[in-house]
This record gives sequence, C-alpha cells and structure tokens, in this order.
Amino acid sequence: MTPHAWTLLALFLALLLALVGPLGRYIADVMEGKSPVLRFGGAVERVVYRTCGVRSETEMGWLSYALAVLLFNGLGALAVFGLQRLQQWLPLNPQAMANVSPDSAFNTAVSFVTNTNWQGYSGESTLSYLTQMLGLTVQNFLSAATGIVVVIALIRGFARHTARSIGNAWVDLTRVTLYVLLPLSVLFSLFLVSQGAIQNFEGYKAVTTLEVTKYDNPKVDATGQPVKDDKGNPVTDPASTQTQTLPMGPVASQEAIKMLGTNGGGFFNANSAHPYENPTPLANFVQMLSIFIIPGALCLAFGRMVGDARQGWAVLAAMTLMFVVMAVFAMHFEQQANPLLSHLGVDPAAGNMEGKETRFGIADSGLFATITTLASCGAVNAMHDSFMPLGGLVPLWNMMLGEVVFGGVGSGLYGMLVFAIMAVFVAGLMIGRTPEYLGKKIEAYEMKMVSIAILVTPLLALAGTAAAVRMADGIAGIANPGAHGFTEILYAFTSSANNNGSAFAGLSANTPFYNVATAIAMWFGRFGVIVPVLALAGSLAAKKRLAPTGGTMPTHGPLFIVLLIGTVLLVGALNYVPALALGPVVEHLMLFAAH
Amino acid sequence: MLSLLRPAITLFILLTILTGLAYPAAITALAHAFFPGQAAGSLLVVGDKPVGSRLIGQNFADPKYFWGRPSATSPQPYNAQASGGSNLGPLNPALADAVKGRIDALRAADPSAPLPVPADLVTASASGLDPDISPKAARYQIHRIAAARHVPEERLEELVARHTEGRQWGLFGEPRINVLELNVALDALH
Repeated sequence: MTPHAWTLLALFLALLLALVGPLGRYIADVMEGKSPVLRFGGAVERVVYRTCGVRSETEMGWLSYALAVLLFNGLGALAVFGLQRLQQWLPLNPQAMANVSPDSAFNTAVSFVTNTNWQGYSGESTLSYLTQMLGLTVQNFLSAATGIVVVIALIRGFARHTARSIGNAWVDLTRVTLYVLLPLSVLFSLFLVSQGAIQNFEGYKAVTTLEVTKYDNPKVDATGQPVKDDKGNPVTDPASTQTQTLPMGPVASQEAIKMLGTNGGGFFNANSAHPYENPTPLANFVQMLSIFIIPGALCLAFGRMVGDARQGWAVLAAMTLMFVVMAVFAMHFEQQANPLLSHLGVDPAAGNMEGKETRFGIADSGLFATITTLASCGAVNAMHDSFMPLGGLVPLWNMMLGEVVFGGVGSGLYGMLVFAIMAVFVAGLMIGRTPEYLGKKIEAYEMKMVSIAILVTPLLALAGTAAAVRMADGIAGIANPGAHGFTEILYAFTSSANNNGSAFAGLSANTPFYNVATAIAMWFGRFGVIVPVLALAGSLAAKKRLAPTGGTMPTHGPLFIVLLIGTVLLVGALNYVPALALGPVVEHLMLFAAH
Repeated sequence: MLSLLRPAITLFILLTILTGLAYPAAITALAHAFFPGQAAGSLLVVGDKPVGSRLIGQNFADPKYFWGRPSATSPQPYNAQASGGSNLGPLNPALADAVKGRIDALRAADPSAPLPVPADLVTASASGLDPDISPKAARYQIHRIAAARHVPEERLEELVARHTEGRQWGLFGEPRINVLELNVALDALH
C-alpha cells in the first residue's frame, strides 16, 4: 500500500459517508410518499397511473407484489431479446450490425434484466445504438428499480405490524425511476461527458494515424474459421493499416446508470477501462462513489423507515468494515510485482501493471475492483483475469460473500437483512431464546425463506462450476493453463449466480453452452432470492410488533455488528473455501514457491 | 395475474420511452450544448485534419516515436473496434514470452537501454487503447529517439516534462503522458 492508496481510500470513505446520509433520507421520504418532490412530479405520476390503469392508493400483498415484479422483468427480457434479434432492420444502426445469435441474445437479455450485466458479446462490434439504448439502458434503470422496490417492500415488512400489504409495485417502480435514478443519472452523465465520455449518434469515425501499423492478420477459410498449420498454430498473412476506426455512440447516458444502478455492463468490451467510458482518474473516482452511493444510502433509508436510525448505521458499519479490509488486501496484492516478470528485467516497483490502465495505476484499479465486486456492479477498469493470484482472489471472494457488502442496489441490503435475521437466529439458539429482529419474532417460516435466499446462489455457482469442468464444452472456453483456468470457470459461475457480471474475461463465454448455463445461474440467482425475500416481507408485515424487553438482543451495537460480519464471513467460507483452495490459492503457491 | 398484465405492459412501455429514448436524447442535446468536443470523441486535429483522439491511443513501433503501452487487441494492436486486454494470468508462460519479446524489441532499438524496464512499457493495458504512459516510460525512450531524430536529449526531456500531467487534482490516478500528443509535438519540433 502506497501513501497514495491510503489517501485514496480515506477520501473515498469520507465522501461516501458524507453523501449517503442525505440521499438515504431522501429515498426513504420518496418511498413513503412524504418527500416534497412528489408534489412536483404528482401530475406526471397521475398521468402514468391513469394510462396504466393503476389505483395508486391500493396496496398489494406479497404474492401480487412478487408476480408484478416477475411479470415486469419477464417483459423486459422479451424486449431485450427481441431488439437484438431484429436490430438489423431497425433504425439507429449506423454500423449495420447484424442480428445477434439466439443464444447470445438470450444470455444478454437475462443478464441485463437480472442486474448482472455479464457480457458474452463485445458491445462495439455487436450492438446497434438502438439496442444499447432501448434494450440495455432501459434495463439498467428497471433492474435497478426492481432491486430497490424489493428491499423497500422488505423494510415495510419490518416497519408495519399486523398488515396485509407491503406496497404497490407499480407506484414503487415509478417513483424510484422518476425521483431517484433518473435525476442522479442526468447529473452524472453530464459530469462524465465533461471528463471526455462520448455522447452522440454518429457513425464510427475513421482517422489516419501518425504511423503505419504492421501486423499479422489471421487467415480464415471460406466458412470464416481460422486456418491452422500442421502444429495447430494459426496461419497469418502480413498486413498493414494506417486507419484507426473510432467507435461512437450514446455512451455517457448509459455509463451513468450502469454505475448508479450497480449494473456494470459496458457500452464497450473493455468496460470502464475504455477511455471513452471512463476517461480520467477523477471520472474513475466518481464512478467508484456512484457504485456504493445508493446501496449505502439504502441502509440509512432502512433505519429511517423502521423508525430507528441506529439500525441503519449498524448495517452500514458492518458493510464498511468488511469493505475496508478487502480494499486494503486488493491494493496490497496488486502492488506486488509478478516475480516471473521481475526476473526478466521488469521494474518491480510499479506493481502488476498487466491489464491495467496507466491513468489509474495500481491503487485506483485495486480499489475499483474491490468496490465493483462487493457491490454487485461488475464494471471493471482493469482486467481481473490478469490480477495476481491473491489479488484476483479478492474480487472472487467478494462475490462469494453473496453481494451483501453494499451489494447491488436494493439486492445488497435485502441480502444483508437476510443475513441479519440469520445472525439473530444463531444468537437466539446460543442463549435459548426465540430470536427477534426489530420487534418481529423469527419463526420457522422466516428461517425457511432465509435459508433458501442464502443457499440458492452458492448452489448455482458451485454446481455450475462442477458441471462445466466435467464437460468438454466447459473446458473448451478456458484461456489460461493450470489452476488459473479452473478459476476462470469458478469466477464465471460465481459472478453470474451472484448477479455481479464481472469476469475473468479470458474465458470464451460466448458459446451456446456458457450462454445458456450462465443465463440459468443469473435468472435463478436473482429471482430465486427475490421471491423468498418478498415472502419474508409479507410474513413479517403480518406479525405483531413485540416491545423490547431486558432479554432482547440490541441490534444496533458493536456486538451485533460483529455477529453480523461473522455470519456473513462464516457462510461464505463454509461454501467456498474448498473451491478457492483449488484455484487462486494453488496458483499463488506455484508462483511464489517455485520461483 | 391478468389484472397485473395491463399495468405491467403499459408501465414498461412508458418507462422504456422515458429512460431509453427521452433520457439519452436529452443528454445528447445537453452534451452538445455544453461539451461539444468531448461528446464527439475528443478528436486531435493537426492542421485541419483529425489524426486521432486524445483519449484513444495509437500504435507506435518506429524508433523515432515514443512507444505507448503494448496493446492486446486483435488482429492489429490499438484496434479501436475491439477493445480489451490480454487476459493472460500471472503464471501463464505466454505472458512471460510476450514481455520478453517487448523487452528485446526495446533493447534492439536502443542497445544502451538499461534494465529494469518500466513496467507499463512492456505490459498490455486493460483497454488495449490506453492513451498514456508513465513519465518513467517516456524518459526511458529519450535516448533512442534523440539518436533517431538527431536532436539533443535535453530538448526531449523538456518536451516530456511539458507534457507530463500529475495526479488529477493532486489526488486521483497516476502521473501520465499522452503518447499521441507527445508524438505530434515531437513531429512539430523541426
């Protein structure tokens, strides 16, 4: 850790903690219908509700709420799939992009609807501007809104008592989009343009470069397959060019909500490493803040809505402590030099620069990697596949914690509240008392829902990995030999099941096998958690609120924070340590023991 | 279920129009009003013709130019239509081979080039389009360029110093030099 890295981390924490307070209060007031901005938007809202045939004052039980969310997201998946399959005949396609293959279109549709934003395709050579805007930008908003309304419903479950309903899904989705996501995105996208992010509808621009580039062009046969010689090496022809074709498009508007909604799907293949997405170190810093700001603010909105601000701060404190430790690890391990390269005569002082951008360097890349994987964002400003073994373990482990340390917008907090129930349950078992959280008795039904929500993602991640390493189609995607290749597959399924979306991107995942397998992991990793969480919300809302007694464990103090952190870490470790030992740990030992 | 279908479809369409058409269109209009150069891609114009973008690096392999970060894009380096990194793992022999090849190329172009070599000069960037190198990497190449162009090293040192950007606001990122701008300035020296 360099002094710069410490300064960066301290500054990040200070700004984050300063901003989440006001935003948390604002979100709580909007969702409770108390904020003054609702008066300005009231006319718009009324038109929306009348057109949709929604009676905004009528609330829903948990089952209707869940069906509404599923239906809304199912429609979104259909739309994204359809746009990709038809884009060739639709407008705003200056590069004449062809229609996307059915398996890739299916994967991308599920990926963006589930807030995963795993990308098997390369944006600049696959998607039309219309698909990017009307398909992907829209889902960047709506999947984020979905996450937030689900956690708001769960919070209402705690805040209400003997109630049958948990809110109106249509009103919640409309308000989150109109009053929270859209205004923040407008501000943020204009800031990004000021730094150099592009925003236009022009065709790609060809420029004549200063120097002629000579290169080897791989030969392809009539069917488009690469030609290989007797030894299996690709055959190439010498070629040269003095033209560089600069990609264009409405990038900044998508970039803003990509970060704010913890989506993470880049306009371009290189994602937030691309200079047109993330042009300057300042833009990078604000991108990092924008990932954590809504998940952090929601913790405080939670405290406000349940009528005890300390409850929100306790959850935020648990998240912040885990974040700081992981950030220090990532920045430390990436500051290490690769001994194999130092041996060849590369300056070790600069750290592991393979797959990193000069303007970000080690600290700003390591911190970004930590944030993007703790929050289920999945944007990358450096290539995680080229991280040092333990540097790459950090993002992988972060996702394995279940995306609850800040986590995705909404999904992070509902995941963490599920862990909080687990924590009070464990504590209750230890002292032999019926567990309670926020005055709600935790009984068998709640624990069943908690267990499903906690176990569904590790099941998908580990079963997916196990299946892939046993199948020829799974092995075929590996780019790096040895333990690292296993880590690539483990990372892919961990990322999709936990709806993160970042990758060890060497893995060739744009194949029918990976497109279908990861789509299954993403869909059930998302809705296999959302449905039990809403069931939990319904059951909690129906319960009476118990007054705290001398025997009630307080859930706002240091003891509870430690207990909550312990529960999260323990569940993560029990699920994943064997798999981690086979991947990055072995690789680390090989790199440093053998050399 | 059916009673949910109408609001689901209508709300989806309304929010799609709002966030997928109105919002990007409004941002484009505002961006063109306030930041036209950035919105169009920060093009670098020499004379009256664009030679590239300030933000997108170009490939340099001629000894008389400053070289940028190695680029792993394919088929050619700095292919702006196929951004991405090498994704080589730290233990992959292909990484060590590639780095060795780059060190050899640097030292072939300037036999007096010392070891160790600055790391960013021999490792591939994340985007494959990195426009910058570190000040160390720029200074490392001064001897070669001075010989190729028959200019005194002091002038090049001065040029490098003039083009060095520190951390943004003194706080963010790393000190860096834009390679394309540096090379355009280099061509203008004579």
